[in-house]
Amino acid sequence: MESVGVEGVANEVRTAFESGKTRSLAWRRSQLKALQRLLYEEEEGMFRALKEDLGKHQAEAYRDEVGILIKSVNYALENLKKWTTPRRVHIPLLAFPTRGELVPEPLGVVLVFASWNFPIGLSLEPLIGAIAAGNAIVLKPSELAPASCNFIAKSVSKYLDNMLVKVVRGGPDVGQKLLEQKWDKIFFTGSSRVARIVMAAAAKHLTPVAVELGGKSPAIFDSLESARDRKVAVERIAGAKWVPCSGQVCIGVDYVLVEEQYAPVLIDQLKATLEKFYPRFDCLSRIINEQHFQRLSNLIKDPSVAATIIHGGSLDSETLFIEPTILLDPPLDAEIMNEEIFGPLLPIITLKKIEDSIEFIRARPKPLVIYAFTKDEKLKSRITAETSSGSLTFNDTMIQFACDELPFGGVGGSGFGQYHGKFSFDLFSHTKAVLRRSFLLEFTFRYPPWDAWKLPFMRSIYHFDYVSLLLRVLGLKRS
Amino acid sequence: MGKGFDGARAAEVVAELRETFRSGRTRSLRWRAAQLKALARMIDENEADIAAALYHDLAKPPTESLLHEISLAKEACLFALKKLKRWMKPQKVPTSITTFPSSAKIVPEPFGVVLVISAWNFPFLLSMDPVIGAIAAGNTVVLKPSEVATATSSFIAKNLPHYLDNSCIRVVEGSIPEASALLEQKWDKIFYTGSARVGRIVMAAAVKHLTPLVLELGGKCPVLVDSNVDIKVVAKRIVVGKWGCNSGQACIAPDYIITTKAFAPKLVDALKITLEKFYGKDPLGSKDLSRIVNSSHFTRLKNLLDEEKVSGTIVLGGQEDEKHLKIAPTLLLDVPSDASIMKEEIFGPLMPIITVDDLEHSFDVINSKPKPLAAYLFTKDHKLEKKFVKTVSAGGMLINDAILQFTNLHLPFGGVGESGMGSYHGRFSFDAFSHKKAVLSRGFSGEIPMRYPPYTPLKQKVLRGLITGNVLPLLLALVGWPGHRKSLVA
Repeated sequence: MESVGVEGVANEVRTAFESGKTRSLAWRRSQLKALQRLLYEEEEGMFRALKEDLGKHQAEAYRDEVGILIKSVNYALENLKKWTTPRRVHIPLLAFPTRGELVPEPLGVVLVFASWNFPIGLSLEPLIGAIAAGNAIVLKPSELAPASCNFIAKSVSKYLDNMLVKVVRGGPDVGQKLLEQKWDKIFFTGSSRVARIVMAAAAKHLTPVAVELGGKSPAIFDSLESARDRKVAVERIAGAKWVPCSGQVCIGVDYVLVEEQYAPVLIDQLKATLEKFYPRFDCLSRIINEQHFQRLSNLIKDPSVAATIIHGGSLDSETLFIEPTILLDPPLDAEIMNEEIFGPLLPIITLKKIEDSIEFIRARPKPLVIYAFTKDEKLKSRITAETSSGSLTFNDTMIQFACDELPFGGVGGSGFGQYHGKFSFDLFSHTKAVLRRSFLLEFTFRYPPWDAWKLPFMRSIYHFDYVSLLLRVLGLKRS
Repeated sequence: MGKGFDGARAAEVVAELRETFRSGRTRSLRWRAAQLKALARMIDENEADIAAALYHDLAKPPTESLLHEISLAKEACLFALKKLKRWMKPQKVPTSITTFPSSAKIVPEPFGVVLVISAWNFPFLLSMDPVIGAIAAGNTVVLKPSEVATATSSFIAKNLPHYLDNSCIRVVEGSIPEASALLEQKWDKIFYTGSARVGRIVMAAAVKHLTPLVLELGGKCPVLVDSNVDIKVVAKRIVVGKWGCNSGQACIAPDYIITTKAFAPKLVDALKITLEKFYGKDPLGSKDLSRIVNSSHFTRLKNLLDEEKVSGTIVLGGQEDEKHLKIAPTLLLDVPSDASIMKEEIFGPLMPIITVDDLEHSFDVINSKPKPLAAYLFTKDHKLEKKFVKTVSAGGMLINDAILQFTNLHLPFGGVGESGMGSYHGRFSFDAFSHKKAVLSRGFSGEIPMRYPPYTPLKQKVLRGLITGNVLPLLLALVGWPGHRKSLVA
């Protein structure tokens, strides 16, 4: 798309926003209902697109993208009235008569960049919040997932308001042109490298941004006595590594921390789980493209890393398939232990004591999520208090993503800005403080000239010292 | 600190504060409360010195210093002290059937090492206020006060280290070189109060480390005056909101007035009377008016007045005293919209009054300009009021008064669009400096094998019900408890 095209789109959307159409609850509801219909009626189309782009099995597509979106849009529809209703605020008696409220208003025209790994989910989820908050939207899905990108463009155009919700397709050059326009908010999901480009462009217009990045999300695996618990725990770890998009997931388990003595038990259970989940590999997504396939192959090419592979390791560049691979204690200075893996390779790092995992994690950039499998309440408290991450989940994985009541987003290196549920609505709103006074009850000591006698009155007010104030007003107290 | 504070020194300071933060020193309620108490004591014990510094920097009348800076800073400390325990407490949130059984909470945690850059117009308050929030949230802080308010900057640099924990809170004095050295470092949050121009520079600097920001900027805050009002009260409130607030050098000061052609003469008269009542016949000599902060701003304001199409519209004031950097309260009537005074934030004692036929039409005028930090409306017409709130976008709004929203600790204070991003005051300060960490806890029961491959048709059916909350498939899923799972694995 040429730059005139992009500028034209931006101008069109802004004009449409300024018409005021998005302000009505009716419009927002209609768009969310249309999204609901899209999700139900176009299911096959979504499954096909995701299969084409990533080889995703339809169960995975439903579990991780379609189903999540349905849940989110239902939640938004249920709560729309509540979210958009101004909230009364407590005002101290001394300011009587005063009424205060918080009035949410849309920011205006929002730009959303989606990434390629959950190309439909990560495009439409921010859309839900932005629409609920009454914004107009321009969405740029990832060109690395072309079938999904086309699906989104076609279906958004078919179901949603064409003047106010637009999809722009293209690569980095189109992204760049979009960034030259003025937006009221930019929502970005992707890598830190590109996030910097986005934020730098946003700085020119003082546009607030939210950046959902990634990082190396660890799973702490404490000793669990019950074999059943261990089985469940390891299935959940596998469920956050290979099961979603072959590990190409920001909230996946990047690596596991375990005490030396329990490593064998963990490894055996992992192998058993892999056998159970993947008797054949037709349920496993493939790597998105050549470039990432190369990147991942390179991670295990290093002989000192390759030597630590204890399971898997086979690659097929034609089908972009990488076998679920487990490594035991690869060197900590190798790239695989310093870059976000984003693929089906699982390093296991052994420690003398499981408590050492806290220091291990703290020495590294703050991840998007920390997982910890433990029944030790003391360890749980320590992990909660002493580590920092976007989220923290005990004894399960991935599932925090499905909680509408929990904010989803990073901290430090994993990003800033939170969404999901009401947090989405708030992210795309300006919460305007409105205070209402009346003409009754004038306090003359508010005004100049600043005579000495006025000061004590002001002090009483500022200290909410009603008694003093009353006494002063009645002339019964002097300074 | 001042000379020789370069990038290397800045990096050292940050490294020291990061080390202290890692030690966990700032995490306890006890430490935070102790700091806030010490800060309140500093304010109490040095009220006279603070007022003197503000008088030196801005010729701020002592009453204004007390009202707008000293009292508000102390209130912020005391409010935070009162509420801190509650703010620090994790907030339990409900979980849905999708993750049953589980418990969830949101745990606030400090970001780490934060940078606060303050402004010159309320140099004491705008330094203390964000620092109070940062401390309450458990961060370590570097504060850079504005170098334009020299006495206040000195006061802060000299006294803060005596009252607060130096291993956690530092003051760096200086101007552009020092600020640049600081901005090159890796911060976990940056809080900036000042102009939009510098706001862009700060945000651009934050890009390097993808640091989140709060920017408290400004804008042209309009005051709409309807004709159905109690004009004496309105005039008083506008005057004290503009000239009684650092001579108009305030981010939320009424910048310009919009009123109807019919009402304008009455309003102008009322303002004239009020101004004389408050500041006497010779306002340049009044002790109750701040001066312009420095000669560069004085010249800026003078130029706004001297513009050809503007000078003829002055209906009151216009007198200047360059030696003492004072400009008299000045009213201008029907300034052309393309004059500089109608395009940039005035930040001084000049008040243009624009007249329109119908007040409602002025909403479009306001919306066509960058969104301001505050918008004011004086009216008794509830319909107009409702439309105003619905149509006009601004950081905050106040109906029938001016600037008071700033003093209310229960309201978020911040801008939108060009007037800024993020907000603070009261609980919002704590939130601005906290990361809200989502913590979800589960047990090992209630396993749902349909989450995992191989994906059989039966599994997929149950999964659908579970995610979307359909009850029947849900019951089947609950059968995933130990002893009954077998029936589900096809």
